[in-house]
Amino acid sequence: MSIKSTIEKVIENAEKLNPTLNSFLSIEREYALNRAEELDQNQDDLALKGFAIAIKDNICTEGMQTTCGSKILHNYKAHYDSTAASRLKEAGAIIIGKANMDEFAMGSSNESSAFGICRNPWDTERVPGGSSGGSAVAVASGVVRASLGSETGGSVRQPASLCGIVGFKPTYGRISRFGLVAFASSLDNIGIFGQTSEDVAKVLSVIAGRDKNDTTSADVAVPNYISELSNEISGKKIGVPRALFGEGLDADVKNAVEQSIENYRKLGAEIVDVELPHAQYGIAVYYIIATAEASSNLARFDGVRYGFRAEGSHSLRENYYKTREEGFGAEVKRRIMLGTYVLSSGYYDAYYSKAQKVRNLIRQDYINAFEKCDVILTPTSPTTAFKIGEKSDDPISMYLSDIYTVSANLAAIPGISVPCGLSNEGLPIGLQLVGKHWAESTLLNMANVYEKEFPLNAKPPIFVG
Amino acid sequence: MDVRQVAKLAHLEITDEEVAIYTPQMKNIVAYVEQLNELDTSNVEPMLGGLTPEGETTNAIREDIPHQSLGQEKALSQAPSAVAGHFQVPKVL
Repeated sequence: MSIKSTIEKVIENAEKLNPTLNSFLSIEREYALNRAEELDQNQDDLALKGFAIAIKDNICTEGMQTTCGSKILHNYKAHYDSTAASRLKEAGAIIIGKANMDEFAMGSSNESSAFGICRNPWDTERVPGGSSGGSAVAVASGVVRASLGSETGGSVRQPASLCGIVGFKPTYGRISRFGLVAFASSLDNIGIFGQTSEDVAKVLSVIAGRDKNDTTSADVAVPNYISELSNEISGKKIGVPRALFGEGLDADVKNAVEQSIENYRKLGAEIVDVELPHAQYGIAVYYIIATAEASSNLARFDGVRYGFRAEGSHSLRENYYKTREEGFGAEVKRRIMLGTYVLSSGYYDAYYSKAQKVRNLIRQDYINAFEKCDVILTPTSPTTAFKIGEKSDDPISMYLSDIYTVSANLAAIPGISVPCGLSNEGLPIGLQLVGKHWAESTLLNMANVYEKEFPLNAKPPIFVG
Repeated sequence: MDVRQVAKLAHLEITDEEVAIYTPQMKNIVAYVEQLNELDTSNVEPMLGGLTPEGETTNAIREDIPHQSLGQEKALSQAPSAVAGHFQVPKVL
């Protein structure tokens, strides 16, 4: 079968499901088919030749829209390719469209997108999670095997958990952020969704590694993620911080995760108790640091160089005010203002400086815990997918969706969410593994072995492929 | 918290309706994050940025040689208003 006919089918599937799920903000039919034709003529042996991929709409793809789910960039077409996109293209992957997301990646439900909510294929009355909801749904609904998302506090792992797929966050510095529209620069990562860990490993192998265009990308050798997928996991030590399995954790999620711990024990892993005494402060630290950095990063959206500009301003300053007032949605404004507040004169030490210190305590918790274990296992999300509208009026309750994921971003460590069961309502549940800096191979290996031995065979009611 | 003043610092022209919505929400969020005050951090160093030890030691300095940049035409191509090689904005003063 030719690459073109495969891609034609992928595009048809995307177009067929999008009116229901709204996982794509744009579907690049013409581009993808042209690229497929080129690749059909290409004799080179490329790592991802003809591999269809969806990319979150805050990752720059030259000539394609890159809206960040925001009115302020509704008409923006990226001037250049992100390093992740250009490496995927060089490896023969075909970008088939840009995925829906919470505006500027701020949210845990995809409800803050300026271009409509995205729906969970397991139950279309429920959210897919966020902020990378569209990227998760493109994979969960079977349109593509893998997609790129981004995460600042769990925006890949949490929607992966709510959609029953694999979601992966690398070590900070593993994947170049060049061309990822900045939200909170010290926490942002490009992440990967896959139907399996093997899909994630294939994509990671192509996009990982030092990039001179991102000074925070680290010069650390990239291992062979694919060959290490099937390593023996017997004897691996899994740390379980049971103190975190209490308040706010759904009974179904708790049961499924406890069962997954037993399953790992059956596979020969050793289970040890660990403590993360400052994990409970993660959300508070995150909402100071992330909003502070966002208030600074989002200052660039001013209606001067690209994107939306409000009509009828009589001065430059009025133009800034009106453009930002009309261009940004409610959650983005709330976070910009919160960040402005915590950085403002007189409050800086009380909030920002304090949060940086507690961030260090959280990092130290992990260093201590990893003296006793190879990986740490928790739920990914305290709940399964919630109903659309259920949390949209209560920011803190929404923020607590990230309670298990946010600490990995604060500590710069890698993490992965793997499906581990269904709730009584038939909604997917994810287990999370986090590892030491640069231990991506260990995470993918442990996830892959789990999927093979204890697969989630169920598919959502809306599924193609 | 004077939300209108914060909005002004953030270059946002928020409406009265928004002030009414944001004020209690932001007060709640600030009250929530103040739980950090339970912790004694007097002997803790702040964690600045997100770099790993390996990231810290990566040499990010390139050789000082000119290279291709975006270029004027491309840079101006999506401006809401561009005139004669410049971004055009309403009067500054």
